[in-house]
Amino acid sequence: MPASPWTIIAIYFIVALVVAGVISIVPGIFTRKRPTKEKLESYECGVPPTSEFLGRFPVRFYLVAMLFVVFDVETAAFYPWAVKLKELGLFGFVEMLTFIIVLGIGYAYVWKKGGFSWR
Amino acid sequence: MSHFPDWAIILAVKSGVLIFIVVTAFAYLMLLERKMLGWFQLRLGPTWCGPWGLMQPAADAIKLVLKEDLTPAGADLFIYKIAPALAVLTALLAYAVIPFGWLPDGTPIAIASPNVGILFVLAAGAVGVYGIALGGWASQSKWSLLGGIRSTAQLISYELAMGLSIIPVVMLAGTTSLAGIVAAQSAHHLWYIIPLFIPAWIYGVTALAETNRAPFDLPEAETELVAGFHTEYSSLRFGTFFVAEYINMITVSAIRTLLFFGGGDGPWVAQFPLLTVVWFLVKVGIMLFIMIWWRATLPRLRYDRLMTFGWKFLLPTSVACVIIVAGVVAAMGNR
Repeated sequence: MPASPWTIIAIYFIVALVVAGVISIVPGIFTRKRPTKEKLESYECGVPPTSEFLGRFPVRFYLVAMLFVVFDVETAAFYPWAVKLKELGLFGFVEMLTFIIVLGIGYAYVWKKGGFSWR
Repeated sequence: MSHFPDWAIILAVKSGVLIFIVVTAFAYLMLLERKMLGWFQLRLGPTWCGPWGLMQPAADAIKLVLKEDLTPAGADLFIYKIAPALAVLTALLAYAVIPFGWLPDGTPIAIASPNVGILFVLAAGAVGVYGIALGGWASQSKWSLLGGIRSTAQLISYELAMGLSIIPVVMLAGTTSLAGIVAAQSAHHLWYIIPLFIPAWIYGVTALAETNRAPFDLPEAETELVAGFHTEYSSLRFGTFFVAEYINMITVSAIRTLLFFGGGDGPWVAQFPLLTVVWFLVKVGIMLFIMIWWRATLPRLRYDRLMTFGWKFLLPTSVACVIIVAGVVAAMGNR
């Protein structure tokens, strides 16, 4: 194959994009729209909506997102190390263990502060 | 069409055929699931459309296409319409790098085999959350918003443990290429499920959570959230979310097979290399069967337990696995 894997993946992506595009256009083609006021209301188990949609949600979810960023960056840092671990040997292991211990202190702190318990 | 080189056109056709196969596999996976859930509950499952219900997916597709495409009055139209397409697009992306088997000359049967295959799959899975989160938000309905937000939190929480459970495999194989990982398992005559059964188990659990399957199907928990993030969707857009979910199921089963069960490795592959495709598909089928089995067996988790299970149990356990395996690999050195 005369191309790099990423050119190939780009072509695959374009084909997948076309498929996804077709799927999102088709639903309007074969049917007529007969909207009524009740149909267009947001569904709340059949009773008229009691309050406006404000888009608010519990602040707990923001905390989850923040914790995720911290630990996800750590996971990403593990990969290059994991690939080369056989060559790095014990030196690489001890280096990474230091990193994990530092991170573990942060993890223990969040746990003690109740960051992981859902209230 | 003289501007495009031949290989690009052949590649585009190959990609199209692969996507067609994946979508067909989705259709029959859905039928299989309904049949199996029927058997688990001493029912027959779908039987009316065609012999043994085999035309049921086609009937469902036609029905979905012919339904009215509703958009709720307050919805953010553009995002509402592209969210399902985004979900299915990201679900399809992973198939660009999955090696289905080996050709007789030793090259993997895959659209592309980059040397960071597993990272690409993880990245595509991570982007997949956007379809659900945006769909839930754009509907401007309280149920959808809650479903979408819950799903986002669940996916990102379990993604950590999933990423960490793959690292031991990368350490043993010494590569992030999917084909390379499979080749390393064949070379050592050792499926990684045997030394790494705890990471394999963690990957299985997080895979269920990542695909919103029972017992982690809280985003669409019917008993509390009506239908979660796709409450307001109708017509084929509703179906598209299911396409994405089931395609993701096949993806995680395939990745699990590649990482822990030797990919296409099996009896007689040395004589007949193309047999790897058969073994691979058989193993993926077994994984899917187990996923459906879990759905029939296990009750749904409560949301607080779901989050604490992910953060307080799976995350430290997978880090412990990383440390232990790293110690063993580092002590053994380059052998």
